[in-house]
Amino acid sequence: MRMPSKEKIIELYFMDARCKLLDIAAYQDRVDRHDGNGDFRHDEFQKALGAMLNPPTGMTRTQAVLNSLSDDSESPIDKAGIQYAFGAPGAKE
Amino acid sequence: MKYIEPHGHMVSRTTDDYQNMAMAGCEAICEPAFWAGYDRASVQGFYDYFRQLTEYEPARAAKFGIPHFCWLCINPKESEDAGFAREVLSIIPDFIDKPTVLGIGEIGLNKNTKSELAIFEEHVEIAKKYDQPILIHTPHLEDKLKGTKLIIDALKNANVDRSRVVIDHVEEHTAPLVLDEGFWAGMTLYPESKCSPARAIDILEQFGNEQIWMNSACDWGISDPLAVIKCALEMRKREYIQPQIEKVIYDNPKEFLSKCPNFKI
Repeated sequence: MRMPSKEKIIELYFMDARCKLLDIAAYQDRVDRHDGNGDFRHDEFQKALGAMLNPPTGMTRTQAVLNSLSDDSESPIDKAGIQYAFGAPGAKE
Repeated sequence: MKYIEPHGHMVSRTTDDYQNMAMAGCEAICEPAFWAGYDRASVQGFYDYFRQLTEYEPARAAKFGIPHFCWLCINPKESEDAGFAREVLSIIPDFIDKPTVLGIGEIGLNKNTKSELAIFEEHVEIAKKYDQPILIHTPHLEDKLKGTKLIIDALKNANVDRSRVVIDHVEEHTAPLVLDEGFWAGMTLYPESKCSPARAIDILEQFGNEQIWMNSACDWGISDPLAVIKCALEMRKREYIQPQIEKVIYDNPKEFLSKCPNFKI
């Protein structure tokens, strides 16, 4: 299968990625600017940013972010306290 | 461009959506049983839902020239009460012989609880007993990786025919787990979670285009019933040629769904 060149990929996606990068930066600034204690999700977000910049060997950046934002326990839990998901591990249900 | 929507919750959608999908080239819609956005209060509620899936919705789709098929189950969000879930399981055989039923789905896990897992395993046994294919929902967000691993372990223990099982909602961290074990994989194109069109194409580039499909999983939440055909347009931007696009949005789902005796288009 013929794959587009790096130049073509950048042409297609740079502006979209730039926009999303600025949204992340603005989100971080917004959280910094406002009062309160935040919650576990923001801490996990910072870890995921680090995982993106330095993915473990054998993982893509996307896999590193997804793994960072995943529950890494292995056994089924006894009972669900909630039906929804938060987007990051570490909730006290 | 012809395509198959292998996972759409049309009970939540308007007739305009059917019309738009028909105009976009949709040649079949497959609707797994799912959570209604609230917990149903009785088994009778599921009986009515299964009638909606097997009688009313096919008739509604037919008005737009689209064959409509369905999968049956109680979803994992309502499986925490195992006693109630087993009552629902007991009525599935009443509907399994309906002419548009494809198999058992979308079963799976939500919060990865012991009860959800037990009911998942009991669904798998029903599928084996009635020789039905299986469509599997993997959990959301932080629960997906763990849930996918638990599901794969349970399927291995049940010794199912892996070529007749599709594990849906894969992302970059779960797609290789599913495909490497010989199961089919589904990618769901959502505006906010699961896969964007660009990421779905990335997954194809990284893990291949065999035994994989894409779907909109359009429902009552933020979702787009035209997501599959929009991803096809994204594939064109990425220089995919028509046969390569058609393989993912038509040939692959047709190949898997043809393992269901009732699937005919």
